[in-house]
Amino acid sequence: MRKRVNIRMSGLGGQGVVTSAHVLATAASKEGKHAISNPFFGAEKRMAPAESYVRIAGERIYDRGELVYPDVIMVFHPQVITLGKCYTMPFYSGIKAGGILIINSDEPIPLSDDDLGFLEKQNVPIFTVAATTLAVETAGTELATNMGMLGALMGATRIVAMDAMEAALQDRFGKKYVASGGTATLDEAIKKKFAKKEQLLAKNMETIRKGFDLGAAWAETIKTPMLV
Amino acid sequence: MEANSVIGTVNKKGQKIVDPEYLFFEAPRQQYFMTGSEVVREAIRRASVDISVAYPITPQSEAAAMVGDLYVEGYVGDYFRGESEFAVMSQCAGASFGGARVFTTTSGPGTLRAYENFPMWAGSRLPILINVMVRGINSPLNIQPDTLELGMILDTGMLIWHAETAQELFDYLLKGYIVAEEPDVHLPIAVVIDGFFVSHTKDMVMIPSADLALTPYNPYRSPVPCMDMEVPPVRMMRDPFVMKSNYISYATHASWQQEIRAAIERSRKHTIRLIGGLIEEENSDADILIVSSGTAVAQGREAIRLLAEEGIRVGIVKVKTLRPFPHEEIRQATKNAKLIFVPEFNVVGWMAREIKAVIPDNHRVIEGPHVAGGMTLPPEVIVEEIKKVLAGKKEVVHG
Repeated sequence: MRKRVNIRMSGLGGQGVVTSAHVLATAASKEGKHAISNPFFGAEKRMAPAESYVRIAGERIYDRGELVYPDVIMVFHPQVITLGKCYTMPFYSGIKAGGILIINSDEPIPLSDDDLGFLEKQNVPIFTVAATTLAVETAGTELATNMGMLGALMGATRIVAMDAMEAALQDRFGKKYVASGGTATLDEAIKKKFAKKEQLLAKNMETIRKGFDLGAAWAETIKTPMLV
Repeated sequence: MEANSVIGTVNKKGQKIVDPEYLFFEAPRQQYFMTGSEVVREAIRRASVDISVAYPITPQSEAAAMVGDLYVEGYVGDYFRGESEFAVMSQCAGASFGGARVFTTTSGPGTLRAYENFPMWAGSRLPILINVMVRGINSPLNIQPDTLELGMILDTGMLIWHAETAQELFDYLLKGYIVAEEPDVHLPIAVVIDGFFVSHTKDMVMIPSADLALTPYNPYRSPVPCMDMEVPPVRMMRDPFVMKSNYISYATHASWQQEIRAAIERSRKHTIRLIGGLIEEENSDADILIVSSGTAVAQGREAIRLLAEEGIRVGIVKVKTLRPFPHEEIRQATKNAKLIFVPEFNVVGWMAREIKAVIPDNHRVIEGPHVAGGMTLPPEVIVEEIKKVLAGKKEVVHG
């Protein structure tokens, strides 16, 4: 694998960007890898920019805080790009050569020639995935968008295995979890959608698996997929 | 009652009270992957805390709320929310005067609002443990990590330990009580972490069983009587010297302040035994050194890796305790260094000032790189700074 994989998740408050990072890092640590995850946000409110970062490596990781030079950028909402709801401008700033962009949108988001030229020069392919649509169709709620995004990432890069992810989800949703007020409210909202915790976990996993398939199919179309 | 007499007994929560050194060094530990806030909860679960007072402010709110859960579960004797940080710290003082082991947390503007109480705690010899999770304090408003507030509490008379990682946070919270409560120390202690970078970051941490607990605080080991308003030094609060304005009142204040500083220095021997020295060194024989504390050290470690790949050898000196400040240790560790870089998460560079004040030939100190307001400090920026200085070395060092 790459010596270190740095993942920046840019989205909007309420989309589960922070939860995704923690779940992914937990999955990586369950595989015996070194991982660190942390969020970055202002005052908590829905639809405001929120970011989180995951670093995964085979060696101990000291680096923490906002991730300036990512290998993977995951955009959880088109407004990150179209309305600039992002901590860095442009949204792909700092991306490393050979990295990938995973963008949640039903249609590819039109980028300027300058943007496209830069990304091509950096050998950074764009993977557009309709993660919110997938979440609504599979889990019956857009709150599962983050699961679709995690699945897409896993399919495109194989960064963690499915059973590690399932174990990490158990950790996060299978027991009492103390979080900030905003996150707690959303946790309650999603738990109410499902009669039982097992149902929530099953629907989340199904969304992840479908996202994985989309990611794996996309990776087939890329000349040099970033498999880690 | 000697603290030792409770070792081996079981507390009301069913935890076995064990020798602190057993808990720190021998008890089997299990690996967990958790946030810094969760680490605070797990440390306090094992800390035999009598009372905790809380007030919400990001980024310490999660940890404060989790301590409330511990109260509900029966691991913490009492818990309530104060009216403000000033009230919280005053209430902590009251509880500590009464002989309780006290825990609280604060951040940024909360630290400053509470500020008056810190020297009062120290002057009253109250071994309260406060977990400070630093954040920006200045306007424009900011919730991200910035160590400016840490520079401001250095001389309050508290012991100040700066943890780099979640693991150190866990260990310092428990070991901090043992050092702070020693009769020849008996001072408040601030265990400091960088907000978000540690509090909200998931990291690997090794933790002993929740069936074990630290020996409880024994207020009868206090060098000053607890809550006795008739006997000095506490009497000075009821019958304050300030009302007299005579020579003996000045002399008492001055000598008591000296005694607090002396007590900070006396904490060294206990601290060295429990946390393995006031500094930590890695390749400190290198010509180029990075010296700092907290997350700035973590970022420095990554920079060292990047520079090593280019054949540039750089060492690191981590300052674990800001009070007591490891003067002699830093002098020794930097004695052969030609360049000393001090990366910091604040705009003023107070750590560089501290280091410059205690080493000879302090033109060797390069203040920076700095970031402020919660910006991250990518290792690449430290690398760039070191290479820039190396390229124009003469000009920068002597300029």
